Amino acid sequence: MSLRDPLATARGLGSAKSGTGHWMSQRITAVALVPLSLWFTIAAFGLGEYADARSFLAQPLNAVLCAALVGCVFYHAQLGLQVVIEDYIHVRWLEIGLQIAVKFIAFLAALASLLAIVRIVLGS
Amino acid sequence: MSTPSSGSRRPLSPFMIGPYYRPQLTSMLSILHRATGVALSAGALGFAWWLLAVAAGPQQHSMFASLARSIPGIVLTLAFVFSLSYHWFNGLRHLLWDVGWGFELPRAYATGWAVVALASLSTLGVGWAMLAARSGA
Repeated sequence: MSLRDPLATARGLGSAKSGTGHWMSQRITAVALVPLSLWFTIAAFGLGEYADARSFLAQPLNAVLCAALVGCVFYHAQLGLQVVIEDYIHVRWLEIGLQIAVKFIAFLAALASLLAIVRIVLGS
Repeated sequence: MSTPSSGSRRPLSPFMIGPYYRPQLTSMLSILHRATGVALSAGALGFAWWLLAVAAGPQQHSMFASLARSIPGIVLTLAFVFSLSYHWFNGLRHLLWDVGWGFELPRAYATGWAVVALASLSTLGVGWAMLAARSGA
């Protein structure tokens, strides 16, 4: 039983008990991004030409790792931008608008990137 | 959430640096971690653009490549490389803090300077490799 007034939680003056999940997702994607981003950065040196990029991404292992990179990058970016907006934007309509825009853009960019990888793998 | 209740006049972030705290390495690196994170979010859209260009075919790819090889493209790429290497090394520093290592002040400063050195060196290295590849091509 809590002695706190439920209204305090409703008004955003205390924990809504969902912060740990956000924190944990941010760390798990960070741990995944340490090797994934290093792998891609090293690979990227050989991907300047169209044919090289195409054949690299068409390899199943590279495609899977690249898809994992895309998912982790946009999820991690969205989690981080959410906190930055919460901390620095104090105009309510702008804050909500930015939060929604960030989530929409991150989701669409991730979907478009994954579809691009699938198209490359299938050769269409 | 930092939503103020109606009528609240308490200070809201970022309010400490400047009037209350002298800038110091640890706080500057902390804000740089956020700034590079925001920059990398924009850079991630460039990465998505590259994937779409490769999927779309040689013409779209050559348009992307010529933009990337222009002077503004190179400047943006180098800014991206610095952001990525800084955020990567400082992210490792954060993960070490998360497991409880490195909170002592001397160690926090030592790892901070190490991150600055490693990020600068890797940016210079990648920049040199890019320029070498450009003059070679």
